[in-house]
Amino acid sequence: MTGALRRLGAGFIGALERLGRASIFLFQLLLSLGTLGRRFELFVRQLHASGVMTLSIVLVSGLFVGMVLALQGYNTLVGFGAEESLGVVVALTLVRELGPVVTGLLFAGRAGSAMTAEIGLMKATEQLSGLEMMAVDPFARVFAPRFLAGFLALPALAAMFSAVGILGGHLVGVEVLGVDTGAYWSQMQSAVGFTEDVVNGLIKALVFGFVVSWIAIFEGVDCVPTSEGVSAATTRTVVYSSLAVLGLDFVLTAIMF
Amino acid sequence: MNSRTVEVLVGVFVLLFLAAMFVLAMRVSNLTSLSGGDGYTLVAKFENIGGLKARAPVSASGVRIGQVESISYDPETFQASVVLRIDEAFDQFPLDTSASIYTAGLLGEQYIGLDPGAEEDFLVDGEEITYTQSALVLERLIGQVLFSRSGGD
Repeated sequence: MTGALRRLGAGFIGALERLGRASIFLFQLLLSLGTLGRRFELFVRQLHASGVMTLSIVLVSGLFVGMVLALQGYNTLVGFGAEESLGVVVALTLVRELGPVVTGLLFAGRAGSAMTAEIGLMKATEQLSGLEMMAVDPFARVFAPRFLAGFLALPALAAMFSAVGILGGHLVGVEVLGVDTGAYWSQMQSAVGFTEDVVNGLIKALVFGFVVSWIAIFEGVDCVPTSEGVSAATTRTVVYSSLAVLGLDFVLTAIMF
Repeated sequence: MNSRTVEVLVGVFVLLFLAAMFVLAMRVSNLTSLSGGDGYTLVAKFENIGGLKARAPVSASGVRIGQVESISYDPETFQASVVLRIDEAFDQFPLDTSASIYTAGLLGEQYIGLDPGAEEDFLVDGEEITYTQSALVLERLIGQVLFSRSGGD
C-alpha cells in the first residue's frame, strides 16, 4: 500500500522535475535562435525535413477531410433545406479548427517523432557529446534549426490543409452532390472573416508548432541513451504533443472565439 | 539528397504556402470587400436593432453598397445609434432616404436596406438618416397577435 503511494509521489515529483528541465531547455533554445542567421542552410535543410516531407500526408489528409466534411455537412443541412450553406460549414470547420488541429497531430506523428528519433539517436551514439567536445554548441547547430523549422512549417502546412480541404469540399459538394457553385463560394466569402477566422487559425497553428517542436526536441535530448530509450522517447513525443495540441486548442478557442 | 534539390523543394514548399494563403484570403474569406477605410459615413438611429451586427451589409434595392461600421447606444435619445459606411460611388441619397432593418431569408443575418426618398438635396458625410424602421422582434409580434385576438373575440 505505502509502496504504491510512494511510487505515485515519486512519479509526480519526477514529472515536475522533467517539466522544469524542459522549461530550462526551452530558455536555452530561445536564446540560441539568434545565431541562425549565419546558418541559413541548416534551417533550410530542417525545413525540408519537417515541412516538405510532411507535405504529402497533409495534402492527402486535407483532401479527404474536406470531402468527408462536405458529405456529412450536406446530409445534415439538407434536412433544414440549407444545403446552399455547405461552403460555410466546410470552410469554418477547416479554417478555425480542423486545419490547425489535424495538421498539428499529423505533424507530431510524422515530423515530431522523426525529430525525436534523430536527436535521441545522436545522443545515444554520443554525437552530441562529440559536438560539445569540439566546442560546437549543439543548441545552435542541431536544436535551433529544427525548432524554428517546426515552428514555421506547421502554420504553412495548416494553411495548405485548409485550402485543399475547401477545394475537396467543393469537389464533393458541387460536382457530386449538386450544391450550386456560386452559393458555395459566395456564402463562404460572406461568413469567413480573414482576421477573425483565417488569422486566428494561423495563430493557433503557430502555437502548436512552438509546442510540438519543443516537446519533440526536448524528448530527444532527454531520452535514456539506449535503443529502448529512444523508442520510449519517440512514443512520448507523439502522445504528449497530441495531448498538448488538443488541450491548447480548447484554451485558444475559448480565448479567440 | 544534395543541397540543390533540398533548396528547390523548400522553395516549392514556400510557394505552395503562399498559394494556400492566397486561396484562403481571396477566395474563402471576405478580404476583397474589406474596404473599411474609404467611403463616407451616415448615422441612423433605431428603436431596436434586433440581431444587427457590425460589418453587416448595407443594401439599396438589394445591392450591397456598404457595411455597418459600428453600433452604439445613445443614452440621451434612448435609441441605438448605427454608423453606416457607404461606398464613395453612391453619394446621392436624398435627405428623406429611409433605413430599415431586414432579415436575409427567414433565419439569416440581418442587414440594413436603404430606400431613397424624393428630396433634391443629398445626404453628406456624417449626416443622420431621419426615417428609420426598427427590426422585427418576434416576441412583440406574437404579443401583438395574441392581444389583438383576445381583444377581437
